[in-house]
Formats: sequence, structure tokens, C-alpha cells
Amino acid sequence: MSDHANSKSSPLKTYFAVWIALLFGTWLTYRVAQIDLARWHANAPIALIIATTKALLVALFFMHLKGASEKLLKLVVISTIFFLFILMALSMADYATRLWS
Amino acid sequence: MSDSQAAVQPHEGLHNPGLLHHFVTEEQQRDASNLGMWIFLGTEVMFFGGLFCAYLIYRIKYFNDFAAASTSIDAALGGTNTAVLICSSLTVVLAIWAAQTARRKLMLGMLILTMLFGLAFLGIKGMEYKDKFDEHHVPGASFSFEHKEIPSRPGQYANPQHAQIFFALYFIMTGLHALHMVVGLGIFTWLLVMAWKGYFTPHYHTPLEIGGLYWHFVDIIWIYLFPLLYLIDRHR
Repeated sequence: MSDHANSKSSPLKTYFAVWIALLFGTWLTYRVAQIDLARWHANAPIALIIATTKALLVALFFMHLKGASEKLLKLVVISTIFFLFILMALSMADYATRLWS
Repeated sequence: MSDSQAAVQPHEGLHNPGLLHHFVTEEQQRDASNLGMWIFLGTEVMFFGGLFCAYLIYRIKYFNDFAAASTSIDAALGGTNTAVLICSSLTVVLAIWAAQTARRKLMLGMLILTMLFGLAFLGIKGMEYKDKFDEHHVPGASFSFEHKEIPSRPGQYANPQHAQIFFALYFIMTGLHALHMVVGLGIFTWLLVMAWKGYFTPHYHTPLEIGGLYWHFVDIIWIYLFPLLYLIDRHR
């Protein structure tokens, strides 16, 4: 509740700034995808970095993770990311070390 | 002391229909709802995570075929849809802000605008699907992806079977996302009715916040789907 009182002064400014940043990120993803960075294998990592930045902006400011006081909530969010990492990492470890026909 | 509290509490409960009897304060009730929603979103992340993992494995294995299949989708439509969803996320936070500051008309307007953006998203999605049906790019008996060049290797054709895996993932992932949008529209219809009836006050608007969390989550999924499905090897 206390963070609510603090951010009440001008949350609108933040919302519109995040909105502009998200639209810019979308435009940037679209443009960067058309530049040939295959030599450095950089197209996919850059696209994912931009997407993750956008996702963080949405989660922190639109979903109000920033300033969330509830510790349990942080635990839920961090363990979600952790279990997603386990899903991806262990699956990829299997496929990377297995002989495919 | 405990006697007097016991005597007071039920009365407070009666005077405040927004506070359920098993919560001590409104803040606790709000936090509990929020936490529950985030746990649900955690399960949703794992739900989509399996699909993203399948996508990752096949994309690494059949990269060139995926690139050929991906470039056959209209990226401009996908990009427009990303912008539409981002705008709808803005209208959601504005609706909640309007509820917090007791601006009834703004709240109703923003909820309606959110739903219009959601419908626009589904409409554009439908146009995209129609293109894919017309081109026989839908996995199944009539699937056809013959003589499609691999973007980075002129003169070399993509394997239709491998391209079909891409389109299967494309339809399942965007389809599941679109289903979430339909559910979101249902939730927002209900929120709009509640808002219209005047249930939401600066004091109590938890359903708006919870519904908003769901909408933003669906937005985040799309933020990842757009570059992964539409923008593989787009450079010429």
C-alpha cells in the first residue's frame, strides 16, 4: 500500500513512457531482423534480448512487480523463471548429447 | 479485550461487503488475490514453456527449413498485432488508474478500448490464418510447401516435412495464444459489466488488477512469439 501512495504522484508518465519504449522495441526487433548478422549468429540473440527487455518492462511497470512488497510473490516469480530454466536446460542437455539419426 | 474485538469484527464485516470474513484487512485480501494470480501465471509459463522448448529443439535441428517457412508469413501483420497488444496493455493500466482515481467514464472507456484492441488482434490473426489456408500451409492432408527456397541458400529448397513441423508449431502456439485472448475478452466483458454496475471504487478494484495481470501475461507471450515465429532469417 505504501508504494501505491508514493507512485500515485505520476504513474501516468511511467505508463506512457513504457508504452513508447515497448512500441520502439517492436519496431527495433522488426528492423534488426532485416539486417544480416548471420556471420556473428547475432540475429536470434538480439531478438531475444529485445523481447526479454520488453517483457521485463511489462512485468515491472504494467504488472507492478517493481515495488511489490510481498516476499512470497517474489518467490513465485523467481521460481517460475527457475523451473522454466530447468525445463529448457535439461531438455537441451539431452538433445545436445544424443545422437540424432 | 478479545471479547470486544469479537463483538466488533462481525459488524465491520457487515459494513464492508468488499472484505471477506476470512481476511483481516483489505490489504491482506488484495495480496492474497495477487499471489494466487501470479501462481496461476507461473503454471501458464510452464504450459507455454513446453511449446517453446519443442520449438527450440526443432528450430536448432531444422533451422533452414524453419527460416523458409517463417519468411512465408506476413511479418507486417505480426508486427501490427504486437503494436495492437501493447496498446491494449496500456489501456488496461489506464483503466486501473481510472478506477484508483474514481474516473468512471475513463475506466469504462479504457475497458471498451482494451476489448476493441483484443478483437482487432483476433481479426488480424484471422486474416493471417486465411492466407495460410489459401497457400495450403496448414499441416495436414492438403499441406504443400514445394520448391520454396531457403533464404540464406539460393537454389536450395526447403524440406516440406520439416517446414510442416514449423507450421504445426506456428498454429499450435499462436492458436493457444489466440484462445487465451478469447478467454481474456470474456474476462473483460465481465469486468466491464462489474464496472458499469459500479462495483469498482478507489478502495476496491482487485478484479481489475487480477484481470489486468492475465492480459499483460498474454501480451508477454506474444512479445516472444513475434520474433520467434515471424522473424527467422528475414534479411536478404
